[in-house]
Amino acid sequence: MKMIAKEELSLKERMARMRVVEGSYAVAHAVKCCSPDVISAYPITPQTHIVEHLSQFVADGELDSEFLTVDSEFSAMSSLVGASAAGARCYSSTTSQGLALMWEVLYNAAGMRLPIVMTVANRALSAPLNIWNDHQDSVGARDSGWIQLYAEDVQEAADAIPQAYKIAEDPEIRTPVMVCMDGFILTHVYEPVELLSVEEVERFLPPYRPEHILDPENPKTFGAFADPSYFTELRYMQWDAHRRALNKIETVAREFAEEFGRWYGGLIDTYRADDAEVMIVTMGSVIGTIKDCIDVMRSEGMKVGLVKIRSYRPFPTEALRKALKDAEVVAVIEKDVTVGNEGALLTDLKAALYNTPTRIPVIGFPAGLGGRDITVRDIRRVVDRAIAARDRGIEAEMEFLSLREDLL
Amino acid sequence: MEKLLAPGHRACAGCAMPTVINLVLEAAGPNTIVATPTGCSEVTTTPYPESAWRVPWINSLFENAAAVASGIESALKHFGKNHNVFVIAGDGSTLDIGMGCISGMFDRGHNVKYVCYDNEAYMNTGVQRSSSTPPCTSTTTTPSGKVSFGNPRPKKDMPAIAVAHRVPYVATASVAYPVDLRRKVRRAISIPGPAYIQVNAPCITGWSFEAGTTVEIARLAVETCLWPLYEYVNGELAGVKKIHVKRPVEDYLKAQGRYRHLFRMKGGEEMIRVLQQLADENARKFGLLYEGDVACTSGE
Repeated sequence: MKMIAKEELSLKERMARMRVVEGSYAVAHAVKCCSPDVISAYPITPQTHIVEHLSQFVADGELDSEFLTVDSEFSAMSSLVGASAAGARCYSSTTSQGLALMWEVLYNAAGMRLPIVMTVANRALSAPLNIWNDHQDSVGARDSGWIQLYAEDVQEAADAIPQAYKIAEDPEIRTPVMVCMDGFILTHVYEPVELLSVEEVERFLPPYRPEHILDPENPKTFGAFADPSYFTELRYMQWDAHRRALNKIETVAREFAEEFGRWYGGLIDTYRADDAEVMIVTMGSVIGTIKDCIDVMRSEGMKVGLVKIRSYRPFPTEALRKALKDAEVVAVIEKDVTVGNEGALLTDLKAALYNTPTRIPVIGFPAGLGGRDITVRDIRRVVDRAIAARDRGIEAEMEFLSLREDLL
Repeated sequence: MEKLLAPGHRACAGCAMPTVINLVLEAAGPNTIVATPTGCSEVTTTPYPESAWRVPWINSLFENAAAVASGIESALKHFGKNHNVFVIAGDGSTLDIGMGCISGMFDRGHNVKYVCYDNEAYMNTGVQRSSSTPPCTSTTTTPSGKVSFGNPRPKKDMPAIAVAHRVPYVATASVAYPVDLRRKVRRAISIPGPAYIQVNAPCITGWSFEAGTTVEIARLAVETCLWPLYEYVNGELAGVKKIHVKRPVEDYLKAQGRYRHLFRMKGGEEMIRVLQQLADENARKFGLLYEGDVACTSGE
């Protein structure tokens, strides 16, 4: 997180505003500041604390929202489809199996162009049952039509909420947004966080005034079926909204930085990338470890840099092409694997570079699956592999990081 | 009054569903938002860019109309708006795939009026058995055959499930009794909280009866006591439609292709007796007969 100078707030003043809170509290607080009309969610670890905090805000009269204690994640997202169509600003949060249970509704909400915002506290998908962090859940939903933003730390996960509403509700975009934060690693950690206020958020985020709602004064039909003569165009319009979102996400990030003095990158961010020969590309909380690791390697004279993917959907093809054009080798670290192929981000990234003059080795490392720690030693191994691929050619396009051969 | 479901929709000639919808909307009026699941009513009324709905209408998915309506009602409550919120759904989406969402909506006490037009099978996909299909009914997934009399299971008692959720107003109705249906819709609206009304809605394609006899078939279901008309208010039986002349179930069964096998197969008579017992049990349980009345035993 870079600090951008803001005239009225010095760093010292800003630090004085910070409070040490749980990640889930910071997110719930950010949601509260966006004043959603309807919240609907179902308990599932490690997301539950977010909605518990929101319930408490409602119970204490600090948040005037309808809070639905629904019977499943499927009902959670379904009820928000109805509420959003009735003109409500809506919020939910979920993870893993809950997101999988919502799968059918995810496509529906996106297809109906309903600007719902949801936090995904990323967690592995069963089987085997595992409650710890990886990105298989949201990466599995990458084609659902939702915009996906990935947060590096608690402050970013919280600050992404008002940004998500601003992107989603823009009449040019009208697309739901998933804010992904690593389960436990970010949801349960206590960190110093600068909490937002309703007044500040109101200056940044305009009220939600949708053009089309369910209203007996002006009856409209939502969710008509489209036969082959119309379907392609409706899907194209969704796709085109994602294309427009590429600019919108950047613009909103800049507007947020102007208002609050905090910047996390737009579609992507970079770290010590200017003269980097080895570039690591990744998303989520592992970025903190990688940055520390890069600092050490830089002090040893190794030219290593980082590209952080903040927006996975829409995929920042142009931004990545630009960021990686002078690199000599790229290593992708990602917390998912497409069984039967390779890491999803690895495939996306290679595709982005294919029709460009950038002809460099790109290798990938599924890592941190089911919550396994990604250590400094792991990062060094990735960089070693990348250098070897550059100097001697690719040995393996993809390698499971810290695979325990003794268990196989 | 202009019909709130416009003519020109694509439902089959003789389909009871559009009539049920218009009767419901006549009673509810234009200040109404309707959610319907995927099914016959949706695919026959909203081929983009056309719509037969003159009230605000939404379809999301097959199994989530009750949850969608929950969200609509919650948003309206938040905004202080006062509109009726209705679900109008078939039996497949109600008794089978949508059961979880409906249970949740009932449990949370949303002010949503749920109307199930019950045609006793999955008609939109081609007459497959649902848990609302009566016993001995031939469907495309429980066909009658050399060793089968059709659906082997009883009809799921959805109104009882609604009552068990402490839904304050639960009723059955029939397309053949429009005055009764409209009254029940108005009564459902007058009682705050969820309501459930299950309406017998014959399907000409799936039930296979003579064109022009939809209402007659529905009336026979009531007159045989196979489709008792009753209402529960706050868990108590609050009213039934009494039957002057109780007709034998054969009168109802023989008019429909889905029961043809019962009159042709060896052992069919025994199955008809089982269905007669169901009707007799309904008559006894709900007190459908006037004291001293006798059941009509002949066909006419």
